Amino acid sequence: MMDAVFLQFLNGLDKGSAYALIALGLTLIFGTLGVVNFAHGALFMIGAFCAVVTRKILTLESVVLSATEKTPWGTPKEIKTAYVEAWFGDFGATMIEYSILFSILFAIPVMMIIGIVMERGLIKHFYKRPHADQILVTFGLAIVLQEIIKAWFGANPIPQPAPASLTGSIDIGIWLGMTADALVYPLWRLIYFVFSAVIIGATFAFLQLTTYGMVVRAGMADRETVGLLGINIDRRFTFMFGMAAVITGLAGVMYTPILSPNYTLGMDFLVLCFVVVVVGGMGSLPGAIVAGFMLGILQSFAAMNEVKAIIPGIDQIIIYLVAVIVLMTRPRGLMGRKGVMED
Amino acid sequence: MFEKLKNNDKLIMLGFTIMVFAGPIILAPFGAGYPDLLQRFAIFGIFAIGFNILFGLTGYLSFGHAAFLGIGSYSAMWMFKLLTMNVIPALILSVIVSGLFSVVIGYMSLRRSGIYFSILTLAFAQMSYNLAYSVFTPITNGETGLQLRLQDARILDAVNTSGSLPSPMLFGLKLNATNVVEMFGMKLQFNWGFYFCAIILIAAFYVSLRIFRSPFGLMLRAVKTNQNRLNYTGINTRPYTLGAFVISGMYAGLAGALLVCTDPLAGPERMQWTASGEVVLMTILGGVGTLIGPVIGAGVIKYSENIFSKINDKVLEGYFAMMPESISDFLVFIVSPFVGSGWHLTLGLTFMLVVTFLPGGLVEGATRIFDWLGSIGKKTKSAKPGGNTEAAE
Amino acid sequence: MGILEVQNVSKRFGGLQALDDVNLSVEEGTIHAIIGPNGAGKSTLLNCFVGRLLPDAGTVLFQGNSLLGKKPHEINQMGVSRVFQTPEIFTDLTILENVMIPTFAKRDGAFKFNPFGRVLKEVEIKEHAEKLLHDVGLQDSLTEPASAMSRGNKRRLELAMCLSQEPKLLLLDEPTAGMARADTNATIDLLKEIGKSHDVTLVIIEHDMHVVFSLADKISVLAQGTVIVEDLPENIKGNPKVKEAYLGETDDG
Repeated sequence: MMDAVFLQFLNGLDKGSAYALIALGLTLIFGTLGVVNFAHGALFMIGAFCAVVTRKILTLESVVLSATEKTPWGTPKEIKTAYVEAWFGDFGATMIEYSILFSILFAIPVMMIIGIVMERGLIKHFYKRPHADQILVTFGLAIVLQEIIKAWFGANPIPQPAPASLTGSIDIGIWLGMTADALVYPLWRLIYFVFSAVIIGATFAFLQLTTYGMVVRAGMADRETVGLLGINIDRRFTFMFGMAAVITGLAGVMYTPILSPNYTLGMDFLVLCFVVVVVGGMGSLPGAIVAGFMLGILQSFAAMNEVKAIIPGIDQIIIYLVAVIVLMTRPRGLMGRKGVMED
Repeated sequence: MFEKLKNNDKLIMLGFTIMVFAGPIILAPFGAGYPDLLQRFAIFGIFAIGFNILFGLTGYLSFGHAAFLGIGSYSAMWMFKLLTMNVIPALILSVIVSGLFSVVIGYMSLRRSGIYFSILTLAFAQMSYNLAYSVFTPITNGETGLQLRLQDARILDAVNTSGSLPSPMLFGLKLNATNVVEMFGMKLQFNWGFYFCAIILIAAFYVSLRIFRSPFGLMLRAVKTNQNRLNYTGINTRPYTLGAFVISGMYAGLAGALLVCTDPLAGPERMQWTASGEVVLMTILGGVGTLIGPVIGAGVIKYSENIFSKINDKVLEGYFAMMPESISDFLVFIVSPFVGSGWHLTLGLTFMLVVTFLPGGLVEGATRIFDWLGSIGKKTKSAKPGGNTEAAE
Repeated sequence: MGILEVQNVSKRFGGLQALDDVNLSVEEGTIHAIIGPNGAGKSTLLNCFVGRLLPDAGTVLFQGNSLLGKKPHEINQMGVSRVFQTPEIFTDLTILENVMIPTFAKRDGAFKFNPFGRVLKEVEIKEHAEKLLHDVGLQDSLTEPASAMSRGNKRRLELAMCLSQEPKLLLLDEPTAGMARADTNATIDLLKEIGKSHDVTLVIIEHDMHVVFSLADKISVLAQGTVIVEDLPENIKGNPKVKEAYLGETDDG
């Protein structure tokens, strides 16, 4: 029984990691710019499709007609070779295998640019508009981004396998002194957790330890005063929007081996992540992380047969139920500040 | 002239009634004169009018109204299955049930405001949707959706010996019956189902008009502009907002029931949050807080969905056939992502443009044009900026 | 016993003792001013009267009934109206509608479900609202949105809104803040006039000594969360305690 509980805990970690990362990005945007971004799920989806694009580029093939071999229909057989393999040989094959690393490198500048363009091009016109307008215009943007992806990549999920050496499972039970096969966990999910922990740590370190981050935090607390000090806080906030897009995009890249990217991915995660942010408390970064992991793990526990036997359907509604309970009892979420978004 | 027309309720009702009843004639040249689409115009018009009573008047943005639509559909289906195929009991039950649900959901959600309210309504709707999909399968028939069956009880109806499924009717009048009439060189389709929905739409519009003009409506608009002041003015705002929430929930339930009256099948997907988003889009696009805006918004979106989504590359090539091939190919290439299965792209873009440049929606656009024309006609009369408040008078 | 009795009210925010054992008595039909330097707790005290804040200790009695724990709308329905420091009005509604709403609240109570009534047919309410607007000097363009008004007119509008309810007690939070001297004098005359003609008790929180001494029948001086003096205006002027509390700020008057 203990193993089962522990396994569910681990199972919740990867989902929780994804929630935490997306919610972190969402909260950064909200905390710095005060904007409710319904297009945030779309950023997660675009991140996932960065992985798809990278893999497509890496697997671009040259097609040569074979001189000797024939197809069963008598036409010359086509020999397809990926360019990278033709150029680099085995190393090229390894590059394709580990395309996700290149996806990460590719996604960082792409997401940064997308974030900055989004903020400068659209969001900045909505700072002084009511929150309802912000929700509505970003909701429209989310539809547009989703449809563009659908037009380019089609409506079907595109599987993105993890590198073969990282696809297996590891027997965590043995580490913990249990019998073999008592606790087997997919390796990639563990990597995802570690990855998100690193990103979260780096974000906090950036905000806490660098001067740039400190100015941003000061701006989050009191924008006008920081502006009076002669610091161009707007430019920094734009950069933070880009950074939030990068964080969310990377969450998407790394999630592709777990869930094949599809154009509806953004909308699927958006609702959940808004719930996460609200449960954590609007504008609270630690709140977003805690609520992300908490809800991921709770969702995983609710999926246990033992739990479902007691409360049927609980796995379907647990997240929303928690959201309702938290908002009813703690109006500002777990760690929210007073007076945020209550107009 | 336009100003006067806007404030004369009798004229508004008369004009609205004529436009709705003449719908099959007016819309036929646009390829929208067939019963299925006309019924949708009317039904989603009702849905949006109700949503506007909450969002337009009080400013509370609900992202979960599709739940009431679905609840209305399921209630009506069960009336069809157990009692009778007559639509009247189905409509009554669905309004009552959705009203009860909205009392509970509204009571809890309205304890919070702003985005917290939006998220709470969203959470309740998603719970309803997920439960309808899973554990409530005995009531909702899960993914397949609730359908009529031959062996259903229908205790008030005569025993069905025809061997085919019955269809919804109004005291014996079958709602799916259509009379095709040749008129003005067109084949016009007059469908009983549409006229039934149309009469309810007109009634729903009238009720909404009265609410807009009532002291109750005035208080709701006061909630939107300054709830704090209203509290210090001796008004208990909670029952007012709850009243608006329940009325709009009942409208949604009514619309859901009408959906199954015209097509007896209720599936959980109509409770999904994208469906809630759709009614928000309709209201905003038409003009939030205006009387007629939501109906127009519903019409435009349902029209686009049915017409634009059917335009494919073949059809486009037909449009551009008279041009040289290279230009025609180019135009098809440019336009095709926006039509057919890509019509959502057009929808999203239109929506962004409307929210950014025309927050009052199409009605504000029309008001601006009329004012502009008026200012040209009479230079002495200064043009007034059109807006929500004026149109809401 | 006065119309408003404040007994031993204390309120603490974290480490700050905002109100410390405040006692106050407002006589019916008078104009009572509460003055004090910045941070003396004037606004906190006012918020305790209208149900925005709940004191940690003490009682607030209005006509012998406790106001504590009551919601803002309940307190208003008992006959206590409030004018805010920055005018709180319904900016999206017309000037006339702004005054009709409190009139409805007075007639119909905190809630009345009348979705089929007609605002336009409520002639009595409309005439009453127009009369009140006339009383505060607003007659023109009553069907224009209130958002277009000047700041001074917004204050007048808010005053008309409060008076339309015929309150027994009217609380004013710095009614002349940010006004030019001429406007201030006009407001003083208006408030004097209202005090007489509307049979209402006024409690004014004020910074400006000129306003206070021209208007008040009685003055309470609040400093560091407690009432140090409560006396007639002529006795306040020379009081050394008050001078000390203001540390020279009295030169303003």
